[in-house]
Amino acid sequence: MRSAPSVRGLLGQNVVPLLFATLCIAGIVAAREAIALEILAGDIVTRLGRNLFLVLSLIVPVVAGMGLNFGIVIGAMCGQIGLILVENAGWSGLGALGAAMAFSVPLSLVFGGLTGRLLNRAKGKEMITGMILAFFANGVYQMIFLLLAGPVLPLHNQKILLDDGIGLANTIDLSGTAGKLDHLLRISLLGGRIQFPIATFLLITLLCLGLRWYLRTRSGQELRTVGQDMHVAEISGIGVDKVRMRAILISTVLGGIGQILWLTSTGMGTMNTYSSHEQVGPYAIAAILVGGATVTHATIWHAILGTLLFHTLFVVAPLAGQAVFGAVQIGEYFREFVAYAVIGVTLALHAWKSRRG
Amino acid sequence: MNVVALLKRLGLTRTVLAAFLLGLWVLSATASSLDMSILISDCLVRTGMNGILVLALVPAVRAGVGLNFGLPLGMVCGLIGMVTVMDLAGRTMPLELGESYGMGLQFALLGTAMILGALLGMIAGWLYSRLLEAVKGQEMMVGIYVGFGSVAGASILWLLFPAKNPELIWPLGGVGLRNTLVLDGYFQHLLDRFGSFSFGNGFFPTGVLLVWVLACAALWLFFRTRIGAALAAAGANPRFAAASGIDVRSMRSLGVVLSTALAAIGIVVFSQSYGFVQLYKAPLLMAFPTVAALLIGGASVRNAKIAHVLIGTFLFQSVLTTSLPLVNDLIAQHGGAKALANVPEIARLIISNGIILYALTRKES
Repeated sequence: MRSAPSVRGLLGQNVVPLLFATLCIAGIVAAREAIALEILAGDIVTRLGRNLFLVLSLIVPVVAGMGLNFGIVIGAMCGQIGLILVENAGWSGLGALGAAMAFSVPLSLVFGGLTGRLLNRAKGKEMITGMILAFFANGVYQMIFLLLAGPVLPLHNQKILLDDGIGLANTIDLSGTAGKLDHLLRISLLGGRIQFPIATFLLITLLCLGLRWYLRTRSGQELRTVGQDMHVAEISGIGVDKVRMRAILISTVLGGIGQILWLTSTGMGTMNTYSSHEQVGPYAIAAILVGGATVTHATIWHAILGTLLFHTLFVVAPLAGQAVFGAVQIGEYFREFVAYAVIGVTLALHAWKSRRG
Repeated sequence: MNVVALLKRLGLTRTVLAAFLLGLWVLSATASSLDMSILISDCLVRTGMNGILVLALVPAVRAGVGLNFGLPLGMVCGLIGMVTVMDLAGRTMPLELGESYGMGLQFALLGTAMILGALLGMIAGWLYSRLLEAVKGQEMMVGIYVGFGSVAGASILWLLFPAKNPELIWPLGGVGLRNTLVLDGYFQHLLDRFGSFSFGNGFFPTGVLLVWVLACAALWLFFRTRIGAALAAAGANPRFAAASGIDVRSMRSLGVVLSTALAAIGIVVFSQSYGFVQLYKAPLLMAFPTVAALLIGGASVRNAKIAHVLIGTFLFQSVLTTSLPLVNDLIAQHGGAKALANVPEIARLIISNGIILYALTRKES
């Protein structure tokens, strides 16, 4: 399929990342008075460590032809439940962080399984179904943790409950686990202005290698075949529904762990029990798309580049808005607009291309 | 009339919800301290308030575009209409504190806002329909993002809007328009109160319901004209329609244009009932409960009738309107966890998204 690379072809393939790189540079130039470069760099390193795992968890369903997994929110909820269990037990430290991840995995498998079943019923409409499912699941999550936590679910730690002992508090302090992984092993650069969290990036590297390895195994090959053409896969004896289910399970489990890493990253440390998971899907998806991924093609490099560019813009846009228009909000709304626009345009381009065949 | 046949025609979802609503009302009348007349009155106001927005979905479904999740695009157009009218009114004939415009002028302002919004909606809807034509098969997903994008884009517009009316902008050096514009003195409750009569402590919002029913009737008649029938044919079976000489593309386009323009009018009606114009993020998620109302009424991704609009809006809005005060009242009377106050909001999330999920995974679509 791929022809010899030409300048035009390369430009065409990378038009989104190039556009964003330009935007980022313009933003940095506009905001240069407001933020020193090394502080910006430090901020972006922190944000990379915080977000990359979540963004990487989107890759497998794309390869399986299921599009961008808006249902990643389900995984994020499972991750939060893991943290809730750990906080309820009153544990802290690195072990507690590991326990939260361990708790999240079986939950992710159960709820990811349900997600997979539903998405198998909605072939060709996976993305919108996943998105509405995330809203629906949010309602169920609220029902469980607002009404049943305390009287039905055995959560007793008053620190995480509302005053009357029924329902979880709106915010849960994660100071017991926050920053533990980041602080495990760090290098200070530029006199401490950049703190490079080695342990976190080691974990992310492991995930990247794991994904690379997996996509080359037989199971991974099946995934690709299903992603390229469901009918061909069916004829060659691959259980299409099973493979798609596998993709969603992997994505949900990784999403759960990713959400735990996100919430316990340096500088976070507080969980908004009922809303922290909501924005996960859109922002992670926008990030991978900014890196040049599409609905049908996503790689580890798309995830890394996209997270880098998207979060640079995230930091810089309000500052640039302040510098150029004298209003922080313009930058804030602009970055939001950009996040929606990049998803919308990618979806539109995908639909347009697939119609032309 | 045969009761079984009637229930069958109504369908399971509607029967269950109607029974649920009836149960809520019985509970309100017997166990709570709520005033039933006010409750019923609120249900009617809410129904009229949301009615045209739900109706706006119908032309798009009929034209075969599916559920128009891009409704916020039209809403934004209606908001621009209202903001423009309010700013012009405030500049040319400023109100003193506590003053209102005369009745005639209020109607003129409301009408102008609607017309302006609808015109903008037609232009935006036409562009939107071009986009949807290019992304056939993924209309709903792209529509969601057109909606989100237009809300975020409009937020920038609100920040830069050159308004001079002091009621629209922040009093002390803030940037842009306020989050919420008070319609008091402009056209707050204008339609709700028009021709209304009271029963008990509540009132029957004649005007707003009348406008809604008239709009429904107009659309019903439209589908009986030649163009309307062609539009429906293009949606139901594009190939057959094309073979019989119907321009399917322009019919789909017309459906989207109508839908967007109606959404613009719908948000104006909504705002006059609500009493405030809500800017910035307010319309972001408004498409979802609106779609849910239509589906609850019995519509599907491919089929929507005016009757679905009437039934769905009334049932869904009444359940929402009743459950919130009822639960709060019961908690206040009998005690109970504070968390219970969230039950109506949780129920709304589960019901509205559950019904959309059901529609999406149904075999028919």
